[in-house]
Amino acid sequence: MWWTRLRALIVKELLAVLRDPKGRAILIGPPLIQLLVFSYAATLEVRNVDVMILNRDSGHWGQKLVERIDGSPTFRKIVIAANPQQVREAIDGQDVIAAVEIGPDFSRGIEAGTPVDLQIILDGRRSNASQIVSGYLTQIAGGLAAETPAGKRSAGRSISTIPRNWFNPNLTYQWFMVPNLIASIALLIGLIVTALSIARERELGTFDQLMVSPLRVHEILIGKLLPPMMIGLFHITLYILAALFIFGLPLRGSLFLLYGSGIFYLASVVGIGLFISALSMTQQQAILGAFLFMVPAMLLSGFATPIENMPDWLQPVTLVNPLRYFLIIVKGVFLKDIGLAEVVHQTIPLCLIAAVTLSAAAWLFRRRLE
Amino acid sequence: MSTSPTSDRIRRFAALVRKESYQAVRDPSTTLIAFVLPLILLFLFGYGVSLDTTRTRVGLVMEETTPLTQSLAASFQASRYFAVATNRDRRVFEEDLVNGRIRGILVIPASFTTDYAAGNHPQVQVIVDGSEPNTANFVQNYAQGAVANWERQRQALMAEGAPAISIEQRFWFNPELTSRYFLVPGSIAIVMTLVGTLLTSLVVAREWERGTMEAMMATPVTAVELLIGKIFPYFLLGLAAMTLCVLLAVFLFGVPFRGSVVALYALSATFLVPALGQGLLISAATKNQFLASQLALITAFLPAFLLSGFLFEINSMPTVIQWITFIVPARYLIPSLQTVFLAGDIWPMFLHSIAVMLTIGAVFFLAAARSTRKRIG
Amino acid sequence: MTEAADRAELVRLADVTKRFGDASPALDAVSGSILGGEITGLVGPDGAGKTTLIRLMTGLMLPDSGSVSVLGFTTARDPAAIQAAIGYMPQRFGLYEDLSVQENLDLYADLRGLPKHERAATFDELLTFTDLKRFTGRLAGKLSGGMKQKLGLACALLKKPRLLLLDEPGVGVDPISRRDLWTMVEDLTKEGIGVVWSTAYLDEAEVCDGVLLLNQGKLMFAGKPADMTARVEGRVFRVSGVSGRKRQVLAKLLDEEGIIDGVIQGEALRIVAGQGTEPAFRSAGDGAKAAPAPPRFEDAFVDMLGGGPGGRSRLAEAQQPLAGKDDRPVIEAKGLTKRFGDFTAADGITFDIQRGEIFGLLGPNGAGKSTTFKMLCGLLKPTAGEGRVAGFDLRRDAASARNQLGYMAQKFSLYGDLSIAQNLDFFAGVYGLSGQRKRERIHLMNEIFDFGRHAAQSSKDLPLGLKQRLALACAVMHEPRALFLDEPTSGVDPITRREFWTHINALVEKGVTVLVTTHFMEEAEYCDRISLIYRGRSIALGSPDELKTRVVTDDQPDPTMEDAFIALIRQSEAETRQAA
Repeated sequence: MWWTRLRALIVKELLAVLRDPKGRAILIGPPLIQLLVFSYAATLEVRNVDVMILNRDSGHWGQKLVERIDGSPTFRKIVIAANPQQVREAIDGQDVIAAVEIGPDFSRGIEAGTPVDLQIILDGRRSNASQIVSGYLTQIAGGLAAETPAGKRSAGRSISTIPRNWFNPNLTYQWFMVPNLIASIALLIGLIVTALSIARERELGTFDQLMVSPLRVHEILIGKLLPPMMIGLFHITLYILAALFIFGLPLRGSLFLLYGSGIFYLASVVGIGLFISALSMTQQQAILGAFLFMVPAMLLSGFATPIENMPDWLQPVTLVNPLRYFLIIVKGVFLKDIGLAEVVHQTIPLCLIAAVTLSAAAWLFRRRLE
Repeated sequence: MSTSPTSDRIRRFAALVRKESYQAVRDPSTTLIAFVLPLILLFLFGYGVSLDTTRTRVGLVMEETTPLTQSLAASFQASRYFAVATNRDRRVFEEDLVNGRIRGILVIPASFTTDYAAGNHPQVQVIVDGSEPNTANFVQNYAQGAVANWERQRQALMAEGAPAISIEQRFWFNPELTSRYFLVPGSIAIVMTLVGTLLTSLVVAREWERGTMEAMMATPVTAVELLIGKIFPYFLLGLAAMTLCVLLAVFLFGVPFRGSVVALYALSATFLVPALGQGLLISAATKNQFLASQLALITAFLPAFLLSGFLFEINSMPTVIQWITFIVPARYLIPSLQTVFLAGDIWPMFLHSIAVMLTIGAVFFLAAARSTRKRIG
Repeated sequence: MTEAADRAELVRLADVTKRFGDASPALDAVSGSILGGEITGLVGPDGAGKTTLIRLMTGLMLPDSGSVSVLGFTTARDPAAIQAAIGYMPQRFGLYEDLSVQENLDLYADLRGLPKHERAATFDELLTFTDLKRFTGRLAGKLSGGMKQKLGLACALLKKPRLLLLDEPGVGVDPISRRDLWTMVEDLTKEGIGVVWSTAYLDEAEVCDGVLLLNQGKLMFAGKPADMTARVEGRVFRVSGVSGRKRQVLAKLLDEEGIIDGVIQGEALRIVAGQGTEPAFRSAGDGAKAAPAPPRFEDAFVDMLGGGPGGRSRLAEAQQPLAGKDDRPVIEAKGLTKRFGDFTAADGITFDIQRGEIFGLLGPNGAGKSTTFKMLCGLLKPTAGEGRVAGFDLRRDAASARNQLGYMAQKFSLYGDLSIAQNLDFFAGVYGLSGQRKRERIHLMNEIFDFGRHAAQSSKDLPLGLKQRLALACAVMHEPRALFLDEPTSGVDPITRREFWTHINALVEKGVTVLVTTHFMEEAEYCDRISLIYRGRSIALGSPDELKTRVVTDDQPDPTMEDAFIALIRQSEAETRQAA
C-alpha cells in the first residue's frame, strides 16, 4: 500500500519536472552552459598575453633575449617600446601585462662577466596572471644566462629544478576543472529541483491536493527527495561520461566509491533544497534562496581557491559545506586513486550533514503544515 | 486643458518614479538583492576567495645531511611562501600529497653535495599535486625562486662572481600581490550586475504578472516614460549599492583608492546603462518573474563572473568565447574599476570603456523599447 | 434626458477576429456596439473571449481582422487618444499592493493628468463614493477583495472617463460588495458614461441594460436581456411538492420527453420545457404542482446551447451503494476554532452532515468558510474543537480519514504538466489503488468522462470543461464516502455545471456525503442545508428554503438566495452593533 502511494508520487515528481518546459530548461540549460563555459573558459592558465620590451641595449645579448621572448608560445604579441613613457602607458592602459626593460649595459656587462640587471615590470592589478608571467620570463632569462660565458663556466654547478607533476603530468587545467564540475552540477541540479518542487505545488494549488490524500508526511518527504537525487545521479553520470570521452580524463580510482559517497552527498544537498523549499512561498523565492546558498557554497569549497588560503577564522565555516568533501572525493577518484579509507573519511561528514539537513527540512516541513 | 503637455509629462514621470521608489523600499526582495547579497559577495571576495598563496604546506626531503644541503634547506625554510616539514624519507610525504595535506615535495637527492662539488649538474626535484594546477605552478615557481636566491647568496659568499643575469621584478599598483585588492573592486561590478539586471528584470516582470502593467498602459503614459520611470530608481539604487561597497572596500578591506570619485561614478553610472537595459529586455521578453530570474542569472550574472576577466584571463580562453566576452559589459567595467582603485585615473582607458558600454546599453534599450511598445499579446 | 444624446454609440465592433497561436480563434467575427449611459454586460463562461474583447477596446491589443473603434477613434491608429479618455479596471484591479490607498490614487491622478486644483474635491468624492475614507493609509494589498475592487474602480474613475471598462469586477467579491459596486456603476451611467461589465455570472446579465453574450469566441446574443429571456417565455416551470427524493425525480424528469433543462431550487425543481412541447411531469408524482415561473437569462442560454445534459450519471451507476454502518454523521464539526495570532478566523463552528447529504458553506470572502473547510479536510489544525470524517478524528487519525475523502479544489488544481492519463494514474496511486482494480477504475473514468481523444494532452492545455471533469474523476476515483468541493464550478459554462451536478446528485443518492463551499447562489440551491459563515461564526444554518423564508418581508415576498444571503448578513451586523 505505502509502496503504491510512494511510487505514484515519485513517478509524478519525475514527470512534473520532465514535462514542464521550464523544468526541462533547468535540467538541460545550466548543465550544458556550465560544462562548456567552465571547462573551456574558466582557466587560471595564462596564454596569449602581450608583453612589451624596452631594449636600451644595442648589443647582441639584448637582441638574443628579445628573440627568446618572442619565440615563447605563451606570448601573443611582443611590443617594442621606444622609451619608458611608452612602457608606463602600455601598463597603465592594460595593453600589455608585463614589460621587460633591458639596460644599456646589458651586452657589455655579460661579455665582461660582470653581473647585469634585468628589470621586469608587471601589472599588479592582475596579480595572479602577473605572477605566472613573471615565472615564464624568469625561466627565459635563466636559459639565456646559462649561455653567457659566465653561465657556461658555472654551468656544472648551477642547480636545475626538476618538476614532477603527479596525477596530472602536463598540468592540464581541465583535469582540475571537470571533476569540480561533476560535484557542482549535482549541487546545482539537486538544489534547484528540490527547492522548486514544493514551491511550485504551492503556487499551482496542488499542494493542498497532496495534503488531503492519504499520503503520510514522511511519504511526501521521501517522494520529494528521491526524484531530485535520481536526477542528480543522472547528471553526475553524464558529466562522468563527458569527462572520460570528451575531456579525456583518466579514471584511476573506483567508480563504485564515487557513486557510493555520491548518494550521501546528494542526500545532504536535497536536504538543503527541501529546507529552502519549505521556507519559500513562491518559485521566485526558492530560486533566490538556492542562489543565496549556492554562491557561498561554491566559493568556500576549495573549488575556486584552496581552503588553506582562507583566513583561519573562516576555514571552519567550510566544514559544513558538503561540496568541500565531495570535491576531494571526485578529484581523488579520478586522478589519484584514493582508497576506501580516505573516501570513508570524507563521507562521514557528508552523512552528518545529510542527517542534519534532512531532519531540519522534515521538521520545518511539518511545522509549515500547521 | 489647463496644463501644457510638457508639464503633464514631467508630472507623470515624477509619479512613476515616486511609485517605484515606494515599492523598492517596501519590497523585501529589493533589500535582499540590493544590500544583503552585495554584502555577502563582498565578504566572500574580501575574505573567502584568496589567490594569495602565502605559506603553502610542502614537505622537504633531505636524502643527505651536509652543510651544503642544510644551507639549501634553510633557504627553502626562509621562503615566505612555504611552510616546510622536513624528513629524510620521501615516502613519509607521499600519502600526504595524495590526500592534499601538502601541496608539494621538495627533494634534495643523496648525490647533491657530490654533484655540486664536481660541477656535475646538481638537481633538486619538485614534486607537486597536479590535481591543483594553479597551486602546482606556484609551488614550482617559488621553489625555483628559493633555489636561485640560494645560488646568488652562495656565489656572493664564495666570491665566485654574481650570476650572469639577475632579475628584478616590480609589480606595479599592487607590490604585495594582495588578491583582495583586485577581487573586491571586481566584485563591485558583480553587485551592480545583480541590482541592474536581476532586480530590474524581476520588478518589471512582476508588473506584467500582477496585471499592473496593463493598467498602466491603458493610461496616457507613453512607453518611454514607463520604461525610464521604472528604471530610474534602480539606477539610483545601483549607485547606492556601489557606494556602500566602495566604502566597505576602502575602510574595511583596506583596498587603496588612488583614482577620483568622479571617475568612479562616471564608470559605474555608465555601466548601469547596459545592465538596466538588459534587465528591461529580459523582463519584456519573459513577462514572468521565474523565467526572468533564470535568464538574468545565466545571461548577466554568470558572464559577469566568468567572462569578464574578473577571475579568469580572457586572453587564455578559446577564441569563440573571447568573442562572446566583447558583449559582456562587465568586461569593460572591471579593469576600469580595478584601475580606479589601484592605479588612479587613466582616462583614455576609461573613455574607451565608457564608449563601449554606452553602445551595448543603447542596443539593449532599443530592443527593450521595441518589445515594450504599448501592446500586449 | 434625451435618448439620442445619452445613448451615443461609444464602441463599434466590426467583424472582430483575434487568434492566439493555432488554437481556434479567441474571438470569431464579433460585431456589436456599446452605448453611452448604459451598463453593457459582457457575459460568458471563462475562456469565452471576454478579456480579449476588453483589451481590444483599450487598444492594448489589435484585432487580426475587423476593426474596433472607440469614441470615434480606431484602436489600430489612435490608441493614445482612446487611452486618454477611458477608464479601465483589469481583472486584478491594476493596483499596486505595496502602495497605500492614497498613494495608488495619487499615482493614477498623476498619470491621468488630473489637475492639482481639482484633486482634493475628486479624491473626496471618490473616497466617499467608495467608502474608503477610513483606509487611505492602508496598503492596497491589505484590503479585502471588495475594498480592492472599489479602489480599482476609484482609480479608473479619477478623470471622469466617457467609457468605463470593468473586467470581471465580481470575481472574488462577495454578493454584498458586488451589489454596492453595481449601485455605484449605475449612478455613473446617469451621467452618460458607458460601462462595460464583464462577468461569468449569468444572473448579472439580467440586470444589464444591454448584453453581449460570448461563448467560445462567438457572439451568441447581442441586445436587451429581456429579448434573450423572451425565447423561453412560458416554458419555465417551478415544480413543487414532488413525491420521493427530489434528486431522483430531477434525474428522471430530465430524461423525460420535452424537458430540456432542470435544476434544483431548494425543495422545488426548476424545469425548462423544449420549444413547442407540453411536458407532463410524470416522474414528479401526482401531488406535484407545476407553476409557470419567470424565465432567467441562464434558462435562455442553456436553451440556446441546445439544452442541458440528461439526468443519467454513469459515474453513480458504477458506484456501489454506501450502506450506513450506523447513524453516525459522516462529517462532524464540534466547536471548530482557528486563531491566527489574535485574529479568530473561525469561532466555534458546529454542525453534522448525515450520510447522503449535501451541505453548503456560504459566506463573504475572508469570513472563515475556507478556514472551516480546510480544517475539516485536514489541511489546517484547529486551535480548538474537533472534526471527524467517516468517524475518524482528524487530529489522531488524519491518514485514515483522508482515505475516505475526495477533494476538489478551486480552479481544479491538477498537475498541469501531466497528461490526463498521468493525472489519473497518479491519483489512483496515491489513494492506494493498484493492479486490476486500478486499471478498472481508470478505464471506467475514461469511459464515463470521454477523455479518450485528449488522454495524452497536458491537462493545463485542456478546455475548462474538461479540466473540471478531470478534477472530478480524480476526486472520486477511489470511491470516497465524503466529497469536499471548494467552489467546484466557478467560471464553467452552464452545461458543464449541470453535468457536474447531475453526477453529484446521483452520487449523493448512492450515499456519498458532500461538503461544498460556494459563492454561486445557484449552487447553494443544490444543498440540503447551508451554514452561512460571517466574521468567523455561523450566523444561520438551515435548508435553502428555510433561510429564504426567514427573510421574507412585504417588500420581498419571494427572496432569492442572494437576497437571503445579504439580508441575513445585514441582520447579523445589526445585532453585533446592538450588542456593542
